[in-house]
Amino acid sequence: MAKYNQHLLVCGGTGCRASHSDAIVESLNRALVERNLDGEVKVVMTGCFGFCEKGPIVKVLPDNTFYTQVTPADCDEIVAEHIYKGRKVNRLLYTNPENQEHVSDSKHMGFYRKQIRIALRNCGFIDPENIDEYIARDGYAALGKVLSSTPEQVISDLIKSGLRGRGGGGFPTGLKWQITSKVKADQKYVVCNADEGDPGAFMDRSILEGDPHSVIEAMAINGYCTSASKGLIYIRAEYPLAIARLKVALRQAREYGLLGENILGSDFSFDIEMRYGAGAFVCGEETALIHSMEGHRGEPTFKPPFPSESGYLGKPTNVNNVETYANIPVIILKGPEWFASIGSEKSKGTKVFALAGKINNVGLIEVPMGTTLREVIYEIGGGIKDGKQFKAVQTGGPSGGCLTMKHLDTPIDYDNLIAVGSMMGSGGMIVMDEDDCMVAIAKFYLEFTVEESCGKCSPCRIGNKRLHEILTKITKGEGTMEDLDNLRNLGQVIKDTALCGLGQTSPNPVLSTLDNFWDEYLEHVTEKKCRAGVCKSMLRYVIEPDACVGCTACARNCPVNAISGERKKAHEINQDICIKCGACVEKCKFNAIFVR
Amino acid sequence: MTKIKSLADLRKIKDDVQEKIRLRENADQPEKLVQIKVGMATSGIASGAKEVMNFLIEELEKRNVDAVVTQTGDMGYCFAEPTIEVILPGQEPVVFGNVNVKRADEIIEKYIKNGELVDGIIPRNYETIDNK
Amino acid sequence: MELIKLTIDKKSVEVEKGTTILKAARQIGIDIPTLCYFSLGDMKIENKPGGCRICVVEVEGRRNLAPACATECMPGMVVRTNTIRVLNARRTVLELILSDHPFDCLVCAKSGNCELQDLAHKFGIREITYKGEQSTYRKDTSPSIIRDVDKCVMCRRCEMMCNDVQSVGALSAVNRGFMSVVAPAFEMNLEKSVCTYCGQCVAVCPTGALTEVDHTRQIIAALADPTKTVVVQTAPAVRAALGEEFGLEPGTLVTGQMVTALREIGFDYVFDTDFAADLTIMEEGTELLDRLGKFLGGDKSVKLPILTSCCPAWVNFFEHNFPELKDVPSTARSPQQMFGAIAKTYFADKIGVTRKDLVVVSIMPCLAKKYECSRDEFKHDNNPDVDFSISTRELAALIKQANIDFKALPAEDFDNPLGESTGASVIFGTTGGVIEAAVRTAYEVHTGKKLDKVDFEELRGLEGIRHAEIDFDGLKLNIGIAHGLGHARQLLNDVRDGKSEFHAIEIMACPGGCIGGGGQPLHHGDSSILKARQMALYREDAEKPIRKSHENPFIIKLYEEFLGKPLSEKSHHLLHTHYFDKSTKITVE
Repeated sequence: MAKYNQHLLVCGGTGCRASHSDAIVESLNRALVERNLDGEVKVVMTGCFGFCEKGPIVKVLPDNTFYTQVTPADCDEIVAEHIYKGRKVNRLLYTNPENQEHVSDSKHMGFYRKQIRIALRNCGFIDPENIDEYIARDGYAALGKVLSSTPEQVISDLIKSGLRGRGGGGFPTGLKWQITSKVKADQKYVVCNADEGDPGAFMDRSILEGDPHSVIEAMAINGYCTSASKGLIYIRAEYPLAIARLKVALRQAREYGLLGENILGSDFSFDIEMRYGAGAFVCGEETALIHSMEGHRGEPTFKPPFPSESGYLGKPTNVNNVETYANIPVIILKGPEWFASIGSEKSKGTKVFALAGKINNVGLIEVPMGTTLREVIYEIGGGIKDGKQFKAVQTGGPSGGCLTMKHLDTPIDYDNLIAVGSMMGSGGMIVMDEDDCMVAIAKFYLEFTVEESCGKCSPCRIGNKRLHEILTKITKGEGTMEDLDNLRNLGQVIKDTALCGLGQTSPNPVLSTLDNFWDEYLEHVTEKKCRAGVCKSMLRYVIEPDACVGCTACARNCPVNAISGERKKAHEINQDICIKCGACVEKCKFNAIFVR
Repeated sequence: MTKIKSLADLRKIKDDVQEKIRLRENADQPEKLVQIKVGMATSGIASGAKEVMNFLIEELEKRNVDAVVTQTGDMGYCFAEPTIEVILPGQEPVVFGNVNVKRADEIIEKYIKNGELVDGIIPRNYETIDNK
Repeated sequence: MELIKLTIDKKSVEVEKGTTILKAARQIGIDIPTLCYFSLGDMKIENKPGGCRICVVEVEGRRNLAPACATECMPGMVVRTNTIRVLNARRTVLELILSDHPFDCLVCAKSGNCELQDLAHKFGIREITYKGEQSTYRKDTSPSIIRDVDKCVMCRRCEMMCNDVQSVGALSAVNRGFMSVVAPAFEMNLEKSVCTYCGQCVAVCPTGALTEVDHTRQIIAALADPTKTVVVQTAPAVRAALGEEFGLEPGTLVTGQMVTALREIGFDYVFDTDFAADLTIMEEGTELLDRLGKFLGGDKSVKLPILTSCCPAWVNFFEHNFPELKDVPSTARSPQQMFGAIAKTYFADKIGVTRKDLVVVSIMPCLAKKYECSRDEFKHDNNPDVDFSISTRELAALIKQANIDFKALPAEDFDNPLGESTGASVIFGTTGGVIEAAVRTAYEVHTGKKLDKVDFEELRGLEGIRHAEIDFDGLKLNIGIAHGLGHARQLLNDVRDGKSEFHAIEIMACPGGCIGGGGQPLHHGDSSILKARQMALYREDAEKPIRKSHENPFIIKLYEEFLGKPLSEKSHHLLHTHYFDKSTKITVE
């Protein structure tokens, strides 16, 4: 067996692969062979490191050097300089935006400093296609421990740990298991919800791509605790890499006998099948997910009965999300007290967030519950892009709420977010700056929920459509005060009457922006003004007569002939014709055209 | 692939495969381990640094010392190549010059294992290598 | 039985565990409005998708409002059904539904009988706050049913009937969000789908999204044409339900008034499909005895059970779903078609009118009959045996249009020769009736003995699947009965798998049989109406002087003068049919 002195970890998440991390692995290997180092240095493709803003990432071990935005062309230099001569390639190191210094070690990077990685513990660390590496990290030890214990004991530990569902609802996981375990049935199922539908959120995908075995192990534990012999992973077909890695992992687990009959010599038998979703957002809702797995229309049904009583094929079914599962083996091994010591009073452990929007460090982060929005945005996220002013942060995916400056010091947990009119959701976090119009943002999210509504209940099917229409009217500058009243009433009624979680939360972006950015709505309606300059219909391009020299450049370049005026005399823009394309502003050499 | 039939089987596999990723585990918590940096600039390689580094990696493992051995660039002691820097947990770095396999063996046994100083220590005229 | 105590609008109520808030409230006289909810309680037919959200109520301790139709009562629950929050939510939701609904109530077939219109009236909606885009779809017309799903409110009742009750599977929800609608797969036309035209979707649709194809205009035109002789036949189940359209109690028999009304409207001859039902018994009963005799005699080419074939939706159903069994049902045409064939030959000759100038109209409780008229097998030189079939509802509309005071009409008798009927034919309108009529005749023909008692109570009822053993003087005849196509499918599966032990099976597509047909006055989920109609038919049977088909003097005369004997060549030509394999793969346009 070759003895490797150094490991080169290359991010093989979907994002970095799109930036050719495959080719990076190839180039690194080639460079190593050229220098006869292939026997000493091992190149490993891992799951996601999280710092997607700076991907593709290559990490050199054991000295923990963290190279960012690596291209295949950089590989030769990394091998020649770093591996062969021990000199770090400074130009590829992360630069601290505050002091412009190179930071070689991920531990000293602001992005990683406040993170605690539990669910993501193996992502970017092991080769997800090699079960041995997972076992080396105590993989399947939790399953072994559980099998020599009673389901009641394990469930009681899980309840003690305080783990709550990471898919959005925040229901106590242990309690859910307990309910399923107590229902008597000849067949039960455990289901992993991998139908990650929030646009921008990709923690579940990353876990499945980077550490599939942790989910498989947790599902087996779940099966043992609820007396289910069958597991199903419902994953969207748009996740080909996660599907491929899961398939490899399932095969390896079966080969080792960690899935199948009499696992680890016990009486417990368990296996897992995959089910593919077509990417309907609503199928993340557990009853809709179950209907979809059964081959029916993916739409939710009224609860109760809960899936734990009557789920897949009418049998008791325990549905948990990927991130929830990923936490479970560690909780079993390290104990519920350890887990409960992390996080806030009612929300224990960590939560993975997908940071996106107008923020410097876009990526996937895992922080203890109770971390404040400010810490996440400014310390981990590195603050707002291009030195702009922070305006809002939207948490919880498309049906979360938009929070503002005054919420920045709110410690993030399930209950706090709901209290301020948003939610945890699956952990999307989108940061907005002064260039974002909050009315347009609300409209943007509504567009998504209108598109993704299953159409079953009237408030969601028609109500969200109407909300979207009113918002469109307002962004066009045609809104009235009555529209604002209607928005609020309609939003509240939808929240109050919709059938499932998707519908009940879909007005959140509207209601929260009405609460937190009322003055912006008012401006749109009363002054027909969009302060961010996003709502084009409200913009007015005006020529300042004193500054205009009558050069005719603007008139000649206007695509719709909206500008008139005699040569050498001030020109004028006909607002009825102007399409607000901005061509005139670009052509004016005298800064005589203004946008109001 | 042979089936894992018991928890004991699983532990055995873990022990076997753990070696493969120990290097990564250790890299994650260097402050708790012995850290050794080998000067691997052109002059160092020419004077046998590579050989010394491989020896250190293999021997430390054989002798059950949890250590992280990494290479580094020119330390600026060309007169005394190959040079190595050793940081024992919680202690100041110490630099040894003219290290060959035999001296490396001595450094492991005396300094790393027992904390006894050996000949050939070069006075530190710098902070630590990385902060240079 | 576990009882649960709860409070609704400050009134305390005790209900069985598992009762919904809606039912608990109704128990104490609180009527929570509903739209998508639908139940034919006794017949185990229920639709509660919880989709419309009209029935929401406030439950103390609950974050959002609860749908009363789908929420089970819990001990100590405190429910409020009329708080401002609830009323505002309901009103807003109704306005939303109306905002996506065409405003053509004035010309809508359902106007005056529309549950959405009723709600709008009840809520006093005067304007729609939330106006916006309306979802529009292609209009789909089939021989029987019109789908105008712009008016669909996604209550899913039709889907429930089509799938859960009828197991037909022609309709299901398609598309997402605002464009969701109930439609055949790939939004193909109903005509291209596996639809049987049973019309149960139409029978439960709360709005005008699903209605029958209206033929009243063509009938008025025929009546106005001096060159045409127009004959009408009325199906048995019509007389037991028509009165409801004029405010009479369900179960009121209006046979005589109906005849008078039809004469007043201007039909030249008012005949009775019951006559043809007696004829059907002669043919089908003889076929049964014939097949039974051969079967018992060891003839391997003969298959049993024999299945009734009066119901056109049922015929469509097995042609689509069990083509391999198309030799099993009786070849006897339905009474409607037997009537048409005899009217356009025997009767036309008698009165000296050519086939072309004789227009045969049928009044049916059924929508599949419209399609049946259009089948090529039932045409001669492209002239159909039955020209137009209209539903009970269409007849009511015609009577109202003609300004006839129906309730005040005197009772008159049908014309002869095709108006005379027996008690056996009247009960064709209810589940179990066809087979009972067949047994009355087959018994006497087979045994040569007179029946002491013609009532076979063991064949009656409203259970979905029933069976009985009838003693034919030593020969034990196993009889199966199914109504509702879902139940029929269960029996058919057994027949296909060779597990059926029945000699004869009666099948009717609609729950309750023709009394619950897709063309009947809307029952709006009141199953007591179906029971009342059924009782009415048995009453008429009991009151008839002749109660066995083979004793109908005009039937005897018809055989003597024209047909010869049952299963004669002429009978085969005019009164029997053959079936087709319609299981060909569905093609998407």
